[in-house]
Amino acid sequence: MALPNKPKGELKAVVNPEVVEHDVDILIIGGGMAACGAAFEVKKWAPEGMKVVLVDKASLQRSGAVAQGLSAINTYIGENPIESYVKMVRNDLMGVVREDLIYDCGRHVDESVKLFEEWGLPVWKKDANGENLDGAKPAKTLREGGVPVRTGKWQIMINGESYKCIVAEPAATALGAENILERIFIVKLLLDKNKANQIAGAVGFSTRENKVHVFRCKAALVACGGAVNIFRPRSTGEGKGRAWYPVWNAGSTYTMCAQVGATLTMMENRFTPARFKDGYGPVGAWFLLFKAKVQNGLGEFYANSASVKDELAKFMPYGASPVTPTCLRNHLMINEMREGRGPLYMATDVALNAFLDDRKAAGMNDKDLKKFWKHLESEAWEDFLDMSVGQAGLWAGMNVEPEKVGSEIMPTEPYMLGSHSGCCGIWTSGPNEDWVPTINNPSRVHQYKWGYNRMTTVDGLFTAGDGVGASGHKFSSGSHAEGRIAAKQMVKFCRDNASYKPELKQTAQELAAEIYAPVKLYTENVGLSTAADVNPAYCKPAGLMMRLMKATDEYGGGVATYYMTSGKLLNICMDLLKLLREDSEKMAAGDLHELLRCWENYHRIWCVEAHIRHIEFRKESRYPGFYYRSDFPTVDDQNWKCFVNSTYNPDTKEWKCEKVECVNILATEPWL
Amino acid sequence: MPSYVDPSKCDGCKGGDKTACMYICPNDLMVLNVEEMRAYNQEPDACWECYSCVKICPQGAIFVRGYDDFVPMGGQVHPMRSSNDIMWTVKFRNGNLKRFKFPIRTTAEGAANAYVGQKGASLDDECLLLETALPTPKK
Repeated sequence: MALPNKPKGELKAVVNPEVVEHDVDILIIGGGMAACGAAFEVKKWAPEGMKVVLVDKASLQRSGAVAQGLSAINTYIGENPIESYVKMVRNDLMGVVREDLIYDCGRHVDESVKLFEEWGLPVWKKDANGENLDGAKPAKTLREGGVPVRTGKWQIMINGESYKCIVAEPAATALGAENILERIFIVKLLLDKNKANQIAGAVGFSTRENKVHVFRCKAALVACGGAVNIFRPRSTGEGKGRAWYPVWNAGSTYTMCAQVGATLTMMENRFTPARFKDGYGPVGAWFLLFKAKVQNGLGEFYANSASVKDELAKFMPYGASPVTPTCLRNHLMINEMREGRGPLYMATDVALNAFLDDRKAAGMNDKDLKKFWKHLESEAWEDFLDMSVGQAGLWAGMNVEPEKVGSEIMPTEPYMLGSHSGCCGIWTSGPNEDWVPTINNPSRVHQYKWGYNRMTTVDGLFTAGDGVGASGHKFSSGSHAEGRIAAKQMVKFCRDNASYKPELKQTAQELAAEIYAPVKLYTENVGLSTAADVNPAYCKPAGLMMRLMKATDEYGGGVATYYMTSGKLLNICMDLLKLLREDSEKMAAGDLHELLRCWENYHRIWCVEAHIRHIEFRKESRYPGFYYRSDFPTVDDQNWKCFVNSTYNPDTKEWKCEKVECVNILATEPWL
Repeated sequence: MPSYVDPSKCDGCKGGDKTACMYICPNDLMVLNVEEMRAYNQEPDACWECYSCVKICPQGAIFVRGYDDFVPMGGQVHPMRSSNDIMWTVKFRNGNLKRFKFPIRTTAEGAANAYVGQKGASLDDECLLLETALPTPKK
């Protein structure tokens, strides 16, 4: 056996990679729902000869948060007023949201869902008797007036194992296969040499061959998802891969945009979903479709108790909603756990048997009852198999049959995202229309519109999906719609700036050296030790990620402290992050896979720093159940019903956090 | 629940320019060892168990074994995916079996209309393709 001081992977990295330069008009960075929406839409507006390229670090068919599939589309407006959707999102996210962006998403999203169905996505329908039909049964389409199976007010059920493959296909066709570059990880955006605050390109590297790719572009869309593995997960062994959100989302969207000076918003927001313990299987269908309830360790269905009503009354108007905001539902759950009234169980057994009892009471015969049960059981398992197979695997390993025994649920480690029930992200322009508020302030940091919908505060730089902040609850469909919105606006930006010729500040060789620095460090120092992973001159990305997750968990309000932090703890976390940022320059990579992990961690550290800065700046606890500040434990609407926006200045390397006015477009009386 | 490769079934996609599992893994985990002509999962604790590799493997050589830090041994979930449906076999630790079949697509692969060549009307309003008018919020 040879000494373990050799690169591990199959694709060794070399010190001097080949450099490839590309000139394009529009660059789409990312391959998930938003990027696919942009790829589909962009050519509908681009003039002949406009060059559009999509760069994905994975493979378009199975990249992004929908890679595994989904069992529901969570945003379909349908018969509801868009205004009700805006009010629901506003309440769920504790009042501080961009109503213009949410309304705008709401008026486009159904068109994307109708396209998905047309492309081949099976959408469940109601038959004439009100029974559920799976999406392959003959029924009217949504466009023809077919009735989808609603679970909640906004969600519809699908057979979504191939959801992403189906959405990726027309995106690839529309753009042309030659314009889709896979397995290239873009790690830095590049500003223009001559024009201040203007995007001019991006740089990344191939994870398949030793090549650095430098792009010059007139406009760019950054849609690379949220951030995962930033707080210590509850499973720290093999199971840390079983993150609730896709484990490959490394905060790249937020970091890359922040580093070129794009203003961030609501980075204090995070999402700590309550999910089935360990397997992190979805609970939406169990709550909404199967009407299951949560039981505490005393066997109590605590959600409607008098003490819970009293607790919710502390958070008015948010606590008054018939659908309690997600963070407050967590808050109630955490209260039960902290008081020792755990474990908390989703009473799957009670829920499923209630369905059977209903049918029995209505006189259903045994044969039909058996058939009905088969269908119900299949629906229950499909919910996991479509989107979280690992949960099905856990049930199989534990011999869990949901009709016989409930399953434990628990709030997970925190995640950062802008498209699900979270709203951190980048501050963007809303639509250039009269109804979008005009703010009397010369700075884009305070404005709601500056000409190009979904453009960040940097000229030519757009974002969508998890990237757009202060407007959650887009989910898969809304992210796709938002990618389409941004695509059209990028074409408009290119038309209006036709004479712009992007020029980079650095040479391609300088950029390549920076991207491949971890490889150089590895090669120069690997001989200092007989084992490649333990070396005095460098650290490995896997270790640095654990160090980051330990710091956030212990000081930034992770699961270790039941999400509790304080000004003092946050400042310790900031000190640790500064050291982490310094040591991130000492990460080494022996192979291309490790180089990918180095840059992902680099992105994680920056995005977490923004998160901690925002929580520190906001002197209240806006999202009880997602995080708490022991020094400012309440929701303080009087002083903090405002956005917190932060901007990193790439010239001075300083951060600036500021309060920004939150304008309601829809009436606040009544609140809902 | 990391994926693993059965060496008796994997043929390294015969050394073609695209090894299927390596091509599809969203997290860059599956790699081909050229000497052995076999693939493997190079970072099991970063596996999301999305099953993309299991579903795409032309030899049916990839399976999943439950995460060793919380899943008891003996269960297994395995799919067979065709062009329009997917059949799942769930084997419990106690030997019980369940099978489920779900539709995955209602159109032929490649048939999704990308509206190639179709152009939108005006770049200066907010309408997207197929949209002709947009509402504005009522207070």
